[in-house]
Order: sequence, then structure tokens, then C-alpha cells
Amino acid sequence: MQYMLLIYGNEEGMKTATPGDREAMFKAYGEFTASIVKSGNMKAGDALQPTSTATTVRVRDGKTLTTDGPFAETKEQLGGYYLVEAKDLDEASKIAARIPGARVGSIEVRPVMAMPADYPRPKA
Amino acid sequence: MLGSGRAMASGSETVERVFRQERGRILATLIRLVGDIDLAQESLASALEAALVQWPAEGTPENPRAWLIRTARNKAVDRLRRGALFEEKRAALELETALASPAAPDVEEPVDDRLRLIFTCCHPALAVEAQVALTLRTLGGLETEQIARAFLVPVATMAQRLVRAKAKIRQAGIPYRVPEPDEMPARLDAVLAVIYLIFNEGYAASSGAALVRRETCEEAIRLGRLLVELMPAAAEARALLALMLLQDARRDARVDPDGEIILLEEQDRARWDRGAIEEGLSLIDGTLRAAFPGPYALQAAIAGVHAQSARAEETDWIQIVGLYTLLGELHPSPVVSLNHAVAIAMATGPAEGLRRIEALAASGALADYHLLPAARADLLRRLGRFSEAAAAYRQALALAGNQSDRRFLQRRLIEVGGAVPPN
Repeated sequence: MQYMLLIYGNEEGMKTATPGDREAMFKAYGEFTASIVKSGNMKAGDALQPTSTATTVRVRDGKTLTTDGPFAETKEQLGGYYLVEAKDLDEASKIAARIPGARVGSIEVRPVMAMPADYPRPKA
Repeated sequence: MLGSGRAMASGSETVERVFRQERGRILATLIRLVGDIDLAQESLASALEAALVQWPAEGTPENPRAWLIRTARNKAVDRLRRGALFEEKRAALELETALASPAAPDVEEPVDDRLRLIFTCCHPALAVEAQVALTLRTLGGLETEQIARAFLVPVATMAQRLVRAKAKIRQAGIPYRVPEPDEMPARLDAVLAVIYLIFNEGYAASSGAALVRRETCEEAIRLGRLLVELMPAAAEARALLALMLLQDARRDARVDPDGEIILLEEQDRARWDRGAIEEGLSLIDGTLRAAFPGPYALQAAIAGVHAQSARAEETDWIQIVGLYTLLGELHPSPVVSLNHAVAIAMATGPAEGLRRIEALAASGALADYHLLPAARADLLRRLGRFSEAAAAYRQALALAGNQSDRRFLQRRLIEVGGAVPPN
């Protein structure tokens, strides 16, 4: 099965981090990512720019409404994700627990919905 | 005609007997074979219908359990084939392929499937109330209506809770397996917590009919026995069963015919169930010699001291204080601190117990727990400080929800000369 591991954390906390903290975090993510590439679990993964760069788009009655900011104000914000292949929720949860952000924020583990084989998807 | 009529009766009796005794095991194996709790439950019901028709007419199969499993498995494939959803069709294909392959899963396996089932039902990715409901519905013999009654929620709510939990297991990929050794301690704790929660719902229920409460306790004890049977090396599983048996032994003595609570020290100990006490004590025999006894072992040992005291005055409070000291060090909680303080009051006099309870209250712990002011009130009463006792009984009354608890506190309040506040 595929699982999306959504990394939530407090952006304000990140802003006050020292350059040393950032460097350590960056290194920890690098090591973690390398480990799940090696184990074959990793399908995709990226870090996101902070919510101050977010734009929310909605279409209502055919009209596009574009607004500044994330769709909802929350205490912890989505800061990145990994898409992993795991045999079950236990394996996915163990991977999630190793994400460096799990020690300061929260990881939401969401199963990816299976789609029919003929469902459109980009070429690998 | 007469002969076949008798055969029919005995055939359907066999079906019922096999089903009653083996339902949990059959269902647990089927879940492994078909990979889904709902599908297993539905196809088992269909297989049972088939058995009720075929066994009386054609005779009982040699291995009724294997027959039911095989028939239900085939019904599951049929059901999936007829399914309209893409996911069902895919599942049917996968299941047929799996069953046709040389490595097809066996009906019999070295690991009892009920062990897989219990760990899946008590998986931490499910809400605790869902864990409880699923455990009772699949491993216990209870119908959704009975579970709803035991937990005082509408049947529709309980049914919805079960549907959601089963959907989460399926969609989130909660595995159907016994946890790895490194995960086992935490996962076993979760299973024990669910079983003890079920027991306490029956034992200390805030309301509900006596019969329902009794049924709930019996079901918890049955699950406890099952866990001991499946995990004979797990000391805490044995200790939990012991604790439940030792508490349940007092069931008939702890309420009077009007349903009023009788305190431990005032119970007629001749009405305690000696058989349950003997069994409980034998289960924890030797467990306290472990270097770090678990919380259930220590609680069972405390219940065991009470069970072995022929009269309340003979209770070995010094030993109980020692056990609470150990429990407080190894597995601290505010409730343990409260009970520890009460035991100290019994062993060495109310003043020291009162000092500890007041320190606990000052810490802000258990602020909503009626037994904290109730215990404080009791010690003040014993010290003859009646007006302070009355104030504490009123505090306890303001927090107590259970009617028989309330009536008990009101009686005590009158005893210390206080006026009962209006409800």
C-alpha cells in the first residue's frame, strides 16, 4: 500500500531556530531520506515553502476566487510530505516515527486510495 | 418421518453448539483468509444458514469447524464476484488467485487466529471506544445491541462505531498479525487496558441493569481467560484475570437487595465466591517475586490480601501499604496515590492519610473525581471533625454521578450532622 506522510509543525518555532539548528535538521532529513530510498520505501517527498507563500484558489459559480494565505489557520502547518510504499499501517507508522519532524511536530499518516489500472497517471 | 424429524433437531442443535463454542475462532480464521472483518462476518452468517439446511439433511460433517470455514470462504468469493464496486471486483480476483495458488493460506495455522484478531481490534490507531466495541463484537459473543446496552449508547451509534472501525482497518491497512517482540509490551498493554475497561464498565457501571452489568463482567473475564490461554507466558495477562476474578468474587456481597453499595469493610464475607478467589490467588502465585511486578500483578495482590482476610478487622493493612508503595513507585498515578493514602490511614491512623490526601488535592490532581473528597470526608469523620467532614461530603456529592454512590454519600452526610443539599 501507499501512504502519504504529512509533516505538520509550528512555522513560528522554525523562524526562531538558530542556523546551527537548521543545519542539524537539514542533515537529519538528508539521512532519513537516504535511508528510505535505500530501503525502497520512498516514492516521493518534498519540503514546502511556509504558509506565508500560500495562495488559496476556489471556484464558485464559475468565478475563480484567489486569496492570500492557507485555506485554514491552524496551530501546526503542513511543511512537507513523503509518499511511501509500506506493507501495512504498522510499517508506515514506523517510518513516520523516524521523520525528524515527528520529534517537534506531528506526522499524519494517510493511506492513498487505490485507483483502477486505467485511471490516468503520468508516465513513470 | 419421526426419525428424520429427530435427526433434523439434533442436526440444528449441532450447528448451534459448534457455532456457540467455535464462533470466535472460526471468525478469526476467516478474517485471515478473506482479509476483511465485514466480509468474514457476512459470509460466516451465510455459511451458518447453509449448515442449518444441510447438516440435518445430509448429516454433520466430520470436522464442522473446517466445513464452516470452507463454506464461508467460498461464500466470500461469491459475494465479492457479485459486487459492483471496482474495489470488490479487484478483491475477488485477488482472493481467488490467492486461494488457487499452491501457497494458499491454511485453514489451520500454528498461531491461533484469535490472537491476531485481538491485537487488530486493540490496535492503537483505533479510538479506545472502537477497540472495546470491536473486541466485544468479534471475540466476545455479544451482538451490537448488547454492546450498546452495556455502554449506554444508542444501538445506531454503536453500529456506526463498528462500521467506522472496520472501514479504518480495511482502508488504512491495519495489519492482521501478532505484534513483533519489540512492539509486544506496548501492544499487550493496550489489549489488557481494553479488557479491564470492559470489566470496569460492568463492575463500576454508573447506571444500567444489574443483569447487563453482570454479563459485561462475565464477558471481560471470558476475554481474560482467552488471552491467558493464547499467551500463557504473559504474566500481566494472568494477573489481569486474577484481578478481575478477585474483584468479581465480591459481586454478590457488595450491594444490598435495594441496590445500595456495601463497603468492603461491611460486606458479609461468607457471600464472597471462594472458587473465584482460589482461582485468582493461584494465578498470581509467585508473580510478586518478579523484579518489577506489573500494575495488574500488584493490584491483584492487593485484592488478594483483602480476599484472604476472613474479617475486615484482620486485614493486613501493613502489607497493603507496602504493595501500594511499590505500585506508586513502579506505576505512579493519582488514583494509586489516593488509594495509598487510604491504606496508610487504615494501617497507622487517619491523620497521616488525611495529610497525604490534602497534598494530593492541593496538587490539583483528580479535581473531578468524587472519591477524593469522599475519602477525605471519611477520614475527617473518623477524626471527629464533623463539620469539615460534612463540607467534604457535599463536595463529593457535587461530583458523584452514580445514584447509589450519591445515596451512600447522603447517608454519611446525615450521620455527621450535615443537611443534604437539594439535587
